[in-house]
Amino acid sequence: MQAMPKWADAVLIPLISILLAFFFSGLTILAIGKDPVVAIQTMVQGAFGSTNGLGYTLYYTTNFIFTGLAIAVAYHARLFNIGGEGQVMLGGLGVALVCLAIDWPHWTLALPAAMVGGAVFGAAWSFIPAYLQAKRGSHIVITTMMFNFIASAFVGYILLNYLKVPGSMSTESAGFSAGAHLPTFHEMLAPFGINFNKNAPANISFLIALLAAFGFWVLIWKTRLGYEIRSFGESESAAKYAGINPVRITVIAMMISGALCGLMAINNVMGEAERLIDNAPEGAGFIGIAVALMGRNHPVGIVLAALLFGFLYQGGAELTFWEAIPRELIIVIQGLVIMFTGALDNMVRAPLEKLFLTPRKNKKGA
Amino acid sequence: MTLMKSFLGAAATLAITAGGAIADPAIIYDLGGKFDKSFNEAAYNGAERWAAETGGTYRDVELSSDAQREQALRRFAESGYNPIVMAGFSFATSLEAVAADFPDTKFAIIDMVVDAPNVQSVVYSEHEGSYLVGVAAAYAAKGDTVSFIGGMDIPLISKFACGYAQGFKSVKPEGTVIVNMTGTTPAAWNDPVKGGELTRAQKSQGSEVVFAAAGGTGLGVLQTAADEDMLAIGVDSNQNYLQPGKVLTSMVKRVDNAVFQAFSQGTDLEPGFNVMGLANGGVSAAMDEFNAPLITEEMKMALAETEAKIISGEIVVHDYMSDSACPAY
Repeated sequence: MQAMPKWADAVLIPLISILLAFFFSGLTILAIGKDPVVAIQTMVQGAFGSTNGLGYTLYYTTNFIFTGLAIAVAYHARLFNIGGEGQVMLGGLGVALVCLAIDWPHWTLALPAAMVGGAVFGAAWSFIPAYLQAKRGSHIVITTMMFNFIASAFVGYILLNYLKVPGSMSTESAGFSAGAHLPTFHEMLAPFGINFNKNAPANISFLIALLAAFGFWVLIWKTRLGYEIRSFGESESAAKYAGINPVRITVIAMMISGALCGLMAINNVMGEAERLIDNAPEGAGFIGIAVALMGRNHPVGIVLAALLFGFLYQGGAELTFWEAIPRELIIVIQGLVIMFTGALDNMVRAPLEKLFLTPRKNKKGA
Repeated sequence: MTLMKSFLGAAATLAITAGGAIADPAIIYDLGGKFDKSFNEAAYNGAERWAAETGGTYRDVELSSDAQREQALRRFAESGYNPIVMAGFSFATSLEAVAADFPDTKFAIIDMVVDAPNVQSVVYSEHEGSYLVGVAAAYAAKGDTVSFIGGMDIPLISKFACGYAQGFKSVKPEGTVIVNMTGTTPAAWNDPVKGGELTRAQKSQGSEVVFAAAGGTGLGVLQTAADEDMLAIGVDSNQNYLQPGKVLTSMVKRVDNAVFQAFSQGTDLEPGFNVMGLANGGVSAAMDEFNAPLITEEMKMALAETEAKIISGEIVVHDYMSDSACPAY
């Protein structure tokens, strides 16, 4: 089996795909009568040019690292978890309940507890579709997708009936106490003399996300469970023959996936909003699919892809703020990136493969 | 044309930004987007009217995520936009944080009360306007059943429903007002299909006039009401033209006036309460050529009389939000 060099697969293809996506985004921007160069400058400047912008970029990145890792864990077992959105929602509920239950004295105590809360709720939510898939053969794509709607209705119900401040109009819980406040980059970097913008939402969850990415690598490639997950994904029948219990692996892989999604809530619910709002994930669960695809289900790739989408989100916001580019067009740009990096992978891959493999064939022939 | 205008506006604003000193106003729409044919669009119209009349420029933005509320507020305040108007109650939490950091910037928030020395809270007496259209519904209906479809189940929408029921029952005390809410999540603001289903269900229960206070969902209500040969009542913007001859009237909430006023006052924006009621044209029942055939002389007189009585204080319409209860249902 001939293959391209690893670096071409891991770096060159995504890079070309992104360039293609940006090229077509540029054409779209040109089509509505704006200057694509100015647009790109605004995006880059807005996302990385100030600590404020960077803080937002990293905030979004943190979200996408968690969901990207989550989707990737499931994907290593060839389970397509479309339910990230719902699992993040439930994770948010878990985090909010933990934060509201006790008047936390300090974040060092609140954070681990909230992480447990988020992970347990997220995992529990993914357990049901996982069990149905493993025991009843209900297709995981369908069930997880449907569970997003159930999650949305469920969390909305809890919010409205139990967590909402009476008389308030917004569907949101009361604010968390000061003890549950996570250190932002501003507070973390101030002791080192670095003045990070104090209003940017990036917080310590970013470091947790990086730790999670490392943990992901250890789990998938260095542990027995990871080996079982990968073997099960590569070939279910071979895995069964090797004595791997498919029910167990399906359920465990999905629950880890759900737990990672649930963990995202420490960033958006605990770190940013400091209260539970309705529809808190805002699509991060779905973006996670694109991030995992683009990152080739490898933690390094996922972190980089998450950064790219963080850039697209924050840069996109700047575009709507300052260039009067409608927000719908930002979604078009995001869509183009997803399409080129995810769906149209072969369009770049096939010609590249030819390019790499032709000279080798010639050598053989000679 | 509008596209061209907004480009020119943007270019002009950029030019001014480059110049340094600006005190242009800015408006931030809620997640529904500025062309929702309802609340946000009314705000947009107010801003456009101000721009057309004064030749001034303003900046506006449509948000795509909740985290952007505070971000947009701060970025605009940092860049010197003043005043900054927010369309929607969801900005309250963000505004509380931002207003304190920018004491010299004036803010106006619509549909919500934020207590800060540099914030104007614009609230509408929706119960009064709804009472008025409730009276209209009572005169338009032959039987004694009318109905209400709300968007998301929040106190503000119950305020509409309660005012409407009170108005209807002031004419037909033994009548029935069927009240349905589309949902409990923000998705309920934009579900025209469900709006249509609810309308059909209400029709089967005998309703003749349906009042929709449901954002984008209301478009489905108006459409279905027209198809089912019922009368509908629009909300926020004047929606009479959407189904000519089938929309009895619209409970217009002059969000555009609030925006226009805030923009016109500029940096002299008066902090505190700004109650927009029947008396100062903040709410009204829309009359135009599209609903003229539906408005009888009798109805017109009753409406004028009711309006006068509410303004004089002879009729006090109960505000649902004052005690979360409604005497009329």
